[in-house]
Amino acid sequence: MSNSAPEYQEVTTKVAYKPVSKRKRALKRITMRLDLYLMLLLPISWYLIFQYGPMYGLQIAFKDFHPAFGFLGSEWVGFENFERFFSSYYFGRLLWNTLSISLYSLLIAFPIPIFLALLINEIQSTKMKKWIQNVTYMPHFISVVVIVGMLSLFLNPTGGFVNVLLNTLGLESIAFLEKPEWFKAIFIGSNIWQNMGWQSIIYIAALAGIDPQLYEAAKIDGASRLQRVIHVSLPGIFPVIIILLILDVGHFMNVGFEKILLMQNSLNMESSDVIQTFIYRNGILNGDFSYSTAIGLFNSVINFVLLILINRYARKKAETSLW
Amino acid sequence: MNQRSPKISDGKAFDIGVYIISAIILVLVLYPLIFVVSASFSDPAKVMSGEMWLFPVDFTLDAYVEIFKNDAIWNGYRNTIIYTTLGTAVNILLTTLAAYPLSRKDLPGRNILMFLITFTMFFHGGMIPTFLVVQGLGMVDTIWAMIIPNAIATYNLIVMRTYFQTSIPWELQEAAMIDGCSNTKMLLKIILPLSKPIIAVMVLFYAVGHWNAFFNALIYLRNDELYPLQLILREILLVSSMGGTEDAGSQFGMDDKLLLGESIKYALIIVASIPVLIMYPFVQKHFVKGVMIGSIKG
Repeated sequence: MSNSAPEYQEVTTKVAYKPVSKRKRALKRITMRLDLYLMLLLPISWYLIFQYGPMYGLQIAFKDFHPAFGFLGSEWVGFENFERFFSSYYFGRLLWNTLSISLYSLLIAFPIPIFLALLINEIQSTKMKKWIQNVTYMPHFISVVVIVGMLSLFLNPTGGFVNVLLNTLGLESIAFLEKPEWFKAIFIGSNIWQNMGWQSIIYIAALAGIDPQLYEAAKIDGASRLQRVIHVSLPGIFPVIIILLILDVGHFMNVGFEKILLMQNSLNMESSDVIQTFIYRNGILNGDFSYSTAIGLFNSVINFVLLILINRYARKKAETSLW
Repeated sequence: MNQRSPKISDGKAFDIGVYIISAIILVLVLYPLIFVVSASFSDPAKVMSGEMWLFPVDFTLDAYVEIFKNDAIWNGYRNTIIYTTLGTAVNILLTTLAAYPLSRKDLPGRNILMFLITFTMFFHGGMIPTFLVVQGLGMVDTIWAMIIPNAIATYNLIVMRTYFQTSIPWELQEAAMIDGCSNTKMLLKIILPLSKPIIAVMVLFYAVGHWNAFFNALIYLRNDELYPLQLILREILLVSSMGGTEDAGSQFGMDDKLLLGESIKYALIIVASIPVLIMYPFVQKHFVKGVMIGSIKG
């Protein structure tokens, strides 16, 4: 995805019979743009320190890290941290929660913005269209803390409006946020509420780019509007769907854990504890750095492998891919 | 397939379906928002009993009055404003400094740099090593931990670079170079004046990000004098409710006012979200534009 634009070829690179002057000119190309490199100095240093620095620090996953010795000075322990994690009693639970939340999100939350975009695209009145777009985009700008705060207010067993509603229907109050069996549904449902509008923007843009002649042709062939949605609109945005799917899978194991962390409490732990929240608790709160880094590395590697696999698969099957 | 139903009736039934689903979505999205606003202005007893279900009942500003008396909230507000302005300024500076040179197709080595940058979107060191780097730099418990570790969002950098490449004609830059314009001058005098729309989008993306962020503050800040608004919110809305509702009241030193505690939460949500929600109608178009630019190269 980085560089599909045709590279600007300078004539000098084709002069092969004068190797010395070629090198000189290459040097000149660089010195002429010295100020561009100076501009890059700050951002590239930032990337080296704050992105590649932590990657370098990943070595402590294989070490017994002591803050006093630093990344380099700590003692190697091989795969000990990983073995400890894989054989721990919570490994299965963490992995299952992470995978299931991701999988449910992919199955339920991923298609909804596509559906919403198709729906908005079919609305005839411009005013109604604007309304539903503006309203559905809005929750995207609310902070996670506020979203979870709203959940805890609405779902409160005493006086939360959801439970008031249940009571009027003659049902018992449910302490939703304390029940492990409700956790995933609430997490994914509120994600959909917050993000479906925002995520539909890209699809709406893609829909606007479909050639109107295709719709005309389908109409002449007698396709109903629903058939046109299924056979013209949907295939028209298919490449975009694939790209977004790849990007989502690339973050498969991260599952929006900041929100999970906020929703977590001792009662719903059984289904809310995911790998990332465990890393936070064990690493940041308890200071078990090496072990938590190993778990984080395990998480990142799975993400990366999944990304590569799905990208390759998409390139083969759908002829669309990130690179 | 081959049954040619009359076009009009087909379209009509379809339209009705579209409008019904749209209306349902509209209600589902709007209702919780309206409820929060109304609840913050209502007598908490009416909210708890379900009497208030859409519009404020027994209008009152008590909750807001309590919030304005709370120093922690004011302090958090001030911190968030500082982090947002300073952080966004640093974001824009660094993102522009990276995006412009990398948008130049005549820059030797740009592909390698671009690869190094894009790679970090898909693989990174993770929470703990990042924390250790920031800690090693002595930033923990300082304002810098709120600004420097997030100085560049790679996605935004790519969006900005795409804009420079696609919206500013390369011929213009070539002409300026022939006239002897230096690269620095080019950025300041030609590129930036032509890039106001994308800079506006970037300011919005970054500013909203800073305003809503809580996680970095949670791991890097110990001193509650430095807490941003979102962390204060977390304490009042979530941490306190876990030990039972009474703590929410005691935050404000009034254990007897349990109910007020609840409506304070609603009011707090409004107070914390108001800057973003007020500017939302005006800047919504820019946000959408930003997403679109980003999706060109996606």
